[in-house]
Amino acid sequence: MDTEMDQIYQIDVGNLLAFNPNHRFSSAPSSREELVKECVTEGTKLVQAIADTLFNFPSTESVDGPLVQLPPPTTKLPREKHLPRPKPPTKWEEFALKKGIQKRKKDKIVYDETTDKFKRRHGYDRVNDDNDIPIIEAKASDEPGEDPFAKRLDDKKKRVDKQQKNRLQNLKSAAKAGALPSHVQLAASALPITGTKAQPKKLGKEELGDVAGLAATSTASGGKFDKKLPGEKPPKKQGKHHKYLPVVPRYGWVDEEKEQTNKVLGKLLSKHSHEILNVGKAINMYNDKKEKKKSGRSDKLKPKKDITKKKPYANKAK
Amino acid sequence: RKRFEVKTLGFSSLELKNLIFFLGAVGRVAEVAGKSSVMMEIRTPKTHKAKRVLEKRAPKLVENGKKTLILHGTKTSATVSSVLMELYRLKKGGAIKYSRRNENIRPFESGGETSLEFFSLKTDCSIFVYGSHTKKRPDNLVLGRMYDHHVYDLIEVGIENFKSLLSFSYDKKIAPHEGSKPFICFTGEGFENVPELKQLKEVLTDLFRGEVVENLNLTGLDRAYICTAVSPTKVFLTHCAIKLKKSGTIVPRIELVEVGPSMDLVIRRNRLPNEGLRKEAMKSSKDKPKKKVKNVDQDDVLGKLGRVYIPEQEVGKIPLPDKSKGVKRERREGKVKKNKEEGSASKKLKESE
Repeated sequence: MDTEMDQIYQIDVGNLLAFNPNHRFSSAPSSREELVKECVTEGTKLVQAIADTLFNFPSTESVDGPLVQLPPPTTKLPREKHLPRPKPPTKWEEFALKKGIQKRKKDKIVYDETTDKFKRRHGYDRVNDDNDIPIIEAKASDEPGEDPFAKRLDDKKKRVDKQQKNRLQNLKSAAKAGALPSHVQLAASALPITGTKAQPKKLGKEELGDVAGLAATSTASGGKFDKKLPGEKPPKKQGKHHKYLPVVPRYGWVDEEKEQTNKVLGKLLSKHSHEILNVGKAINMYNDKKEKKKSGRSDKLKPKKDITKKKPYANKAK
Repeated sequence: RKRFEVKTLGFSSLELKNLIFFLGAVGRVAEVAGKSSVMMEIRTPKTHKAKRVLEKRAPKLVENGKKTLILHGTKTSATVSSVLMELYRLKKGGAIKYSRRNENIRPFESGGETSLEFFSLKTDCSIFVYGSHTKKRPDNLVLGRMYDHHVYDLIEVGIENFKSLLSFSYDKKIAPHEGSKPFICFTGEGFENVPELKQLKEVLTDLFRGEVVENLNLTGLDRAYICTAVSPTKVFLTHCAIKLKKSGTIVPRIELVEVGPSMDLVIRRNRLPNEGLRKEAMKSSKDKPKKKVKNVDQDDVLGKLGRVYIPEQEVGKIPLPDKSKGVKRERREGKVKKNKEEGSASKKLKESE
């Protein structure tokens, strides 16, 4: 905006910008301070010029101070991002356009004839809820043994899946035209259909540890001296867990082996020993052992001799 | 494990699905289109906040203010790091400063911009200031702009005679507030004639401008950037605070006091945008976004109609007048009268004495 008053300054009020193309430095400035001073003076003139226009605008009073409406900036600066591209019409929109179908606004509250009440269209206690149907009348075309309620649910699921598929297709064509809505992202997921590699199952921390432990036990030292990675935990104790008592009791310490046997004896001789000891079984075992010892027979390996059996010609030796 | 070749063509979608389940391939079968072999899925933000952030970053008709990204190069001198720090302070609300060294960013080389573009995408910044210091280019500053998160143009300047804002002494009352809209002044014919200076003028305007606002509070004007073309290759830049002095008219007299960093910028290299890209970036849309005004209708007979919503009145919960004894008007007024009488009585006593 050039006016005579502004001495041919180029002023852009919208940006609070002023440009003076006609200043010439009168001879080389002697020192830096003089240069700085001159620049600041020139700057002051420019700011004053902008302020002149600015303060003469009609201002409205507000809590913070006088508000002034700025005109749009005149200097053209490049945009940050591209202009939003027009979205290609979806398949339904094309169809509707072709057939001349108009959009009709739906009410949130609908009159329900079965209960003579006004109910909402979506949500809790809605108009045509699938769960509320008590009876479905059989038609001639129905097969016997087919559950119509399950069929309804199945049909709904199919419709929903089809709609999802259509939505994806619409979004893909929008993405192709570069007009994907800002809150939606299309991402390639999982695996392509061609090829049959089963998706590698992701191992958890414990599972990895177990596998590493298994591998470690196959080494010569049983994985005890393997180099561990930083952060790897020492292996859990594997194999049988034995607790061996010391053979010679330590000086001043309790004799643990004696304690152990005393404990067992105490339990057997106590009042409640019948709870621990099965007396019948113990007697049977004792008798069996005695008999075996008496007969001096080891086991089933030796053939059992029958004493009552008569030996023919045993006395005929004479 | 056997591998089977599954051809998508020639199989119906249902057969394919069964085959896949049979072969144990796991994966969400979101779409089994005839010829495509990559499965796509739709991802939408799960929280409202995420949705708002995405919508803020989307391309719009009227754009948000440009954010600045401030970076260090492989080596920075004390001057450069203080310049970057002070620039960040000047642009506090709309700038992001990274403190680490970035060795793989070379703005002027063809491959060295990928990191820059990645950062720009992640932080949604379209201007960047990259400072470095080498023997060949001491105290170097590269100012660049992005279009669609790709480098649009670059200009490289060297810093000389830098004076930090800490070295200026001034009355703290006039210190400019954070985020105030600045005045920007350019002096010198160089800004019109020399193409590099022209580009620098544009870049500096973009850098210092901040948000484009419709309503401006006149009391909040407290800073100005002064750029003077001292020679065809040198620009003197300084930051001043504004003092508004009384003058006879509505328009106050302006006085500038140097507060901020001042430096000399020496033009080194630059890169202009290609013509096609420039044309595209400068495109603007003429139509204003239609602002939806709610509850207002236009009627041919009655004219402009408005709808007013009155909240439900809960008669049981209406606040009733306070009828407690002490608050009653008669009591209050009685008390005031009494005090007056007492006062006058004491006066009389005094007078009589």
